[in-house]
Amino acid sequence: MPETVRRTRMRSLRSPARSLWWLAIPAAIVYLYVVLVPTAQGAYFSFTDWIAGGGAPNWVGLDNFVAVFAGDAGAAAGRTFAIALIVVVIQNVVGLGLALLLNGRIAGRNVLRTIVFAPMVVSALVVGYLFKYIFGPPGSGGVNAVLALLGAPQVDFLGDPTLAMGVIILTIVWQFTGSTMVIYLAGLQGVPEEVNEAAAIDGAGYWKRFWYVTRPLLAPAITINLMLSLIGGLKIFDQIFAVTNGGPGGQTKTISLMIYEYFSLFGYYGKAAALAVVLAVAIGVLSFVQFSVLRRQERQS
Amino acid sequence: MKTSLSGRIGSHLAAYGSTALFLLPVYILINLSIRPVGDLTPAFIPSSHATLDNFVNAWTQSSLPGAIVTSIFVTVAACAVVIVFATMAAYPLARSTSRLSNATFYLFMVGLLLPFQLGLLPLYFQMRDLGLLGNPLSLVVVYAGVQMPFSIFLITTFLRTGVPLEYEEAARMDGCSNLGAFWRVVVPLLRPVIGTCVILNGVSIWNDFFTPLIYLAGGQQVTIPMAIYQFVGQYSSNWPLIFASLIISMIPVLALYLVFQRYVIQGFAGGLKG
Repeated sequence: MPETVRRTRMRSLRSPARSLWWLAIPAAIVYLYVVLVPTAQGAYFSFTDWIAGGGAPNWVGLDNFVAVFAGDAGAAAGRTFAIALIVVVIQNVVGLGLALLLNGRIAGRNVLRTIVFAPMVVSALVVGYLFKYIFGPPGSGGVNAVLALLGAPQVDFLGDPTLAMGVIILTIVWQFTGSTMVIYLAGLQGVPEEVNEAAAIDGAGYWKRFWYVTRPLLAPAITINLMLSLIGGLKIFDQIFAVTNGGPGGQTKTISLMIYEYFSLFGYYGKAAALAVVLAVAIGVLSFVQFSVLRRQERQS
Repeated sequence: MKTSLSGRIGSHLAAYGSTALFLLPVYILINLSIRPVGDLTPAFIPSSHATLDNFVNAWTQSSLPGAIVTSIFVTVAACAVVIVFATMAAYPLARSTSRLSNATFYLFMVGLLLPFQLGLLPLYFQMRDLGLLGNPLSLVVVYAGVQMPFSIFLITTFLRTGVPLEYEEAARMDGCSNLGAFWRVVVPLLRPVIGTCVILNGVSIWNDFFTPLIYLAGGQQVTIPMAIYQFVGQYSSNWPLIFASLIISMIPVLALYLVFQRYVIQGFAGGLKG
């Protein structure tokens, strides 16, 4: 007992920080005002019939949730999930491939890294408009001009729901693969050259060395990248807003886009809040599941 | 490690080839923007009558000049608030072991999981009641709160793992006050993590579109992504003109990126690894 008392006193003596607790007050006030209180209010509004120009909101229980899922929210949730899943896979496969490639002895590899990462710093809306033009309709799109030049039939990429989803996914992957690559590159710094060389001397081929030497050491980088691309994919808004705006016929709408439409275009505040709650819960649950699975694998390797 | 010549040629081809694929959209962007309006040659063929007219027109006909000023104001102000407040908060949170301090830290971390759309809707009415809708100040307030948890997380982690207690101890023995030890000894040691915070917050605030779309709708002052959105709506099929506006909008952030690319890439890799 005296031992712990002494240790606590020593600790508080050593750092002057304990008497400076009030330094946290400004951040706490801003955080409460902007994040915690409005989020709690938003969660409450999702159970009310609040609409633009309506009177005081009334409690309606789960009506908003039932209503949005009776509409097209179910399909939108499915699409959001599909986009997130495909983006996670492609972005990580390509990002890891590029990281392995640009970690090797390539002349001018820093320039190449800088180029591949560059889309990450520009606005997603701007990137969206660029890809909207490239995959534009027959007669005006960039790819279609090439097809016409080659005498091949032109394709209405954004007029077809499946192809439009493909364009959206390509847009996201083009912009964010650089950041995935950079995190893998940072992880590869931790793989000691000697271990790799020793394995090579023992006769292990490239893939064997990757699987048994590099991959286990990359485990933390893999966890972070899968988490970031999953959350990013689930929240996606700007790219869809710019490329298809939910079209054709609402068949590329995601949850984020529906939140915007319900809130800003239709004034259904209660329903918009309900969708935001759905998105929040989905992100929370999926990240938690992914994180626990990956952490367990990390420990095993 | 020794690799065969063919292997080295192969990996060079793959590396340069994939980078070229990444550059292809950029080539189209530039190629189309320097082309006279009405020139309908396919976008992949180099423009034969290069002109800068589109840039002049995009600059004078869009709200980009004012938007650049607004974006700079919002980004700098919000970054400053976040970093000053987060640094102040992170110090006691990182050093104190009391239960209250731990609980406060985890309360901040909850903010990393909450999607900002949920809070953004009720906050809209707060801003309306304060008369701040359409005013860039509303964005500063929103970003200050939304970015706070992540910055606190980064700085707290850095303090716990990278700043030994001995420095503060020594400062106090030399007669420094508590606040003096924080300000003169701890804050200067935080320079690397503050750099990371500036980069991560700066890029996401600068490029954010959802928040201004809701909070600045109908206002006179817009940020760069909003100006682009309005300009595209106005000239929906004049792609050379639109592309010139896209390039203008990208110049400030790309220029900064190219100058500080090493720090930016390190900041992203280190910060997101957190």
